[in-house]
Amino acid sequence: MQRIPTFRKGGVHPDDKKVLSCGHAIEKLPVPSELIVSLSQHLGAPAAPTKQKGDVVTRGEKIGVASGFISADVHSPVTGTIKEIRKVTLANSVSCDAFVIIPDEQQPEDAYQRVDWQAQKPEELLSVVKDMGIVGLGGATFPAHVKLTVPKGKSVDYLVINGVECEPYLTADHRVMLERTDGALTGIMIAARITDPKHIIIGVEMNKPDAIARLKERIAALGYPIDVMSLKMKYPQGDEKQLLKATIRKEIPSGKLPLDVGAIVCNIGTCYAVYEACAYHKPLMERVMTVTGECIATPKNILAPIGTKVADLIAFCGGFSTEPEKLVSGGPMMGFAFYDDQTPVAKGTSGILALPASKSVASTPCISCGRCVAACPMGLTPNRLYRNISHENYEEAMKLGLMDCKECGCCAYVCPAHLPLVHGMKTGKKMGRKKK
Amino acid sequence: MNQPSRTVSTSPHIHANSGTAPIMWSVSAALAPAALWGVYVFGWRALLVLLISITSAVLVEYLLCRIDGKNTIVDGSAFLTGLLVGMNMPPAIPLFIPVVASAFAIFVVKWSFGGLGANWMNPALGGRVFVFFSFTSAMSTFSTPRTLVDALPLSVSGASKVADAVSSATPLGLIKTAVGSGSGAGLETWRILAQEGYPATRFAQGISDALGKAVSPYTIDSFFGNVAGCIGEVSTILLLVGAIYLLCKKIITWQIPVSYLGSFALFVWVFGGIRSGLGLFHGEALSALVSGGLILGAFFMATDMVTSPTTGKGQIIFGIGCGFFTFLFRYFGSLPEAVSLAILLMNIVNPTIERYVLPKRFGAIKPQKEAKS
Repeated sequence: MQRIPTFRKGGVHPDDKKVLSCGHAIEKLPVPSELIVSLSQHLGAPAAPTKQKGDVVTRGEKIGVASGFISADVHSPVTGTIKEIRKVTLANSVSCDAFVIIPDEQQPEDAYQRVDWQAQKPEELLSVVKDMGIVGLGGATFPAHVKLTVPKGKSVDYLVINGVECEPYLTADHRVMLERTDGALTGIMIAARITDPKHIIIGVEMNKPDAIARLKERIAALGYPIDVMSLKMKYPQGDEKQLLKATIRKEIPSGKLPLDVGAIVCNIGTCYAVYEACAYHKPLMERVMTVTGECIATPKNILAPIGTKVADLIAFCGGFSTEPEKLVSGGPMMGFAFYDDQTPVAKGTSGILALPASKSVASTPCISCGRCVAACPMGLTPNRLYRNISHENYEEAMKLGLMDCKECGCCAYVCPAHLPLVHGMKTGKKMGRKKK
Repeated sequence: MNQPSRTVSTSPHIHANSGTAPIMWSVSAALAPAALWGVYVFGWRALLVLLISITSAVLVEYLLCRIDGKNTIVDGSAFLTGLLVGMNMPPAIPLFIPVVASAFAIFVVKWSFGGLGANWMNPALGGRVFVFFSFTSAMSTFSTPRTLVDALPLSVSGASKVADAVSSATPLGLIKTAVGSGSGAGLETWRILAQEGYPATRFAQGISDALGKAVSPYTIDSFFGNVAGCIGEVSTILLLVGAIYLLCKKIITWQIPVSYLGSFALFVWVFGGIRSGLGLFHGEALSALVSGGLILGAFFMATDMVTSPTTGKGQIIFGIGCGFFTFLFRYFGSLPEAVSLAILLMNIVNPTIERYVLPKRFGAIKPQKEAKS
């Protein structure tokens, strides 16, 4: 029997809880009464506003332009009026300027015309991707036009599409693969036209057999040269380093990018956005997100405008069944806890979780059990990093590879002493950078 | 709008629900079968020794908690230390000795270095070695287990057969004496035991005969716990049952026990025959593995998380070190303390192993690392 591929070092197997929402087809959220569209929804410099208070905007109109190489445009998801521009705090604690938009009661019907993308040159497609404000929808929100730009002298052997969705609870990518299969696959072919890879692989974890079957069926029907690879379940397989190790057996050197091993990794949801951008010139202004958790009355996968307030999403799901202790934006392993349900969702919001009160356990001393060392997918020693950081010995922590840590949370997940290891790593990185 | 109170904390927001206390209590539970066997074969006095060890360990922990203003009783580590101290006592020990051992373990070895997680030496072993060197003769006086009393030669009077504290040497002690005096020269260990008239149960002789004498009855008795020794170390089979439970629950990892026992068996097989003049490759690994406190030490004390390495590679080095020193002390040392001293020695080396043995980092590339620093 052939071994089912996965990455080797470390990793954990949390209860995936996907059954709460994976059976619910994507539903479109009615236009909310107010949207808060932030200018900093991507990695890099915030976009510069091109509209002012009182301006009338239309659906799909650009309201913010990229203000640097690593930055992305922002578009209005609705036709309406800008009530004000004010500072907001996003779920990930980023504070930035945002448009508060009051949508008109009558929203225009979308009438995007099909564009013949196959006739366009790769550079033209790339500029469309940039113009439509596409960013990585897996959560890191890296601007897609930067990621898909292959530097001179480099070539792409593999385009690896990330359909892993290894975070528990989240099912948005799963539903996209099931319901928006053709669009996503076409998006992959557009990305392939831009980057010209030798092989195209979609990696999907085995807990989504229906998605794997559906992808294979449509790939055969459309005749695309794409391989679907089913992967053994293990968190954090959705990280690009672990995904490349699992799919093409390559290890990205410390501090390097996938391109250094001849690969580009792109999320499946991003591919769908690329498809809408290039085949219809439709900007990224709405996305599929999972609203779930034990405290949500009816967990759903929702197509919601960017800027929708969390309270509107929760109301659409029938409110809370029980009062949650925690609201989390993103998955439970790496997502951000926030307290205000007026917080808007952004391009990178893959899900909103309402989690019940957990038995709160106080931290106890480290007993050197070594579970964090065994769980770390990067081969680090979280126990020693944490000890050094607690003693403010940031230099030693950096030497031990602190900067390789990607805060996946495996160490803190398994820690029997319930030490806030990820919190320590984050602090250590900040202080370590300052000292440099 | 009035916001209900919500927790905001750093990720991850879910947990494997493990804890220090469940780990400690599971280890205690895993030790229970072997401890109960000790009580069965050595009688109520063994139970008293166990209870006194546990009570004094927990009591000292409680008093120290009062000083620190903490409550660390519930984490179960003091209970476990007390249980291990008790299991490492001969059944007929004067009752003040386990009290001293437990107090030393908790107060000196653990608390004075900063409490749970900060001690560099295994507390139970520290306590045992302390009382061994302080009260050596009491610590070296062993009772015959109930199951062996019937098998005693007739020269032992009927009256002392009835008593539950027939004094007898351990097989390891007998062998060591015989080898030291020269009467064991040129003999395999089982021949030495037979020459010294060490008893074996009919049960073990039956199995030995069925196996065509391939395995000596003494080895079989040791495996099933019909042997003189400390309360908790005699039943190899029940210790293995507990060990398998801990391995399945992933509380201990295979690295330390396997490398410890494996390297020890290898050293014994290759060099073990030398001391009685048998030459290389004449050691009897199987009987050595089931003798003394080796199994208890390899699965329950060398694997103490606090005092053993955290990396897999480090654990293998640690285990091989334990195996080597156990072999050295047991075959060429003059004291019957091989396992305890070997593990304590490796406890000393542990911080060094931890410092230099690191896991292979993902994407590690030598030249680049140098360029960075």
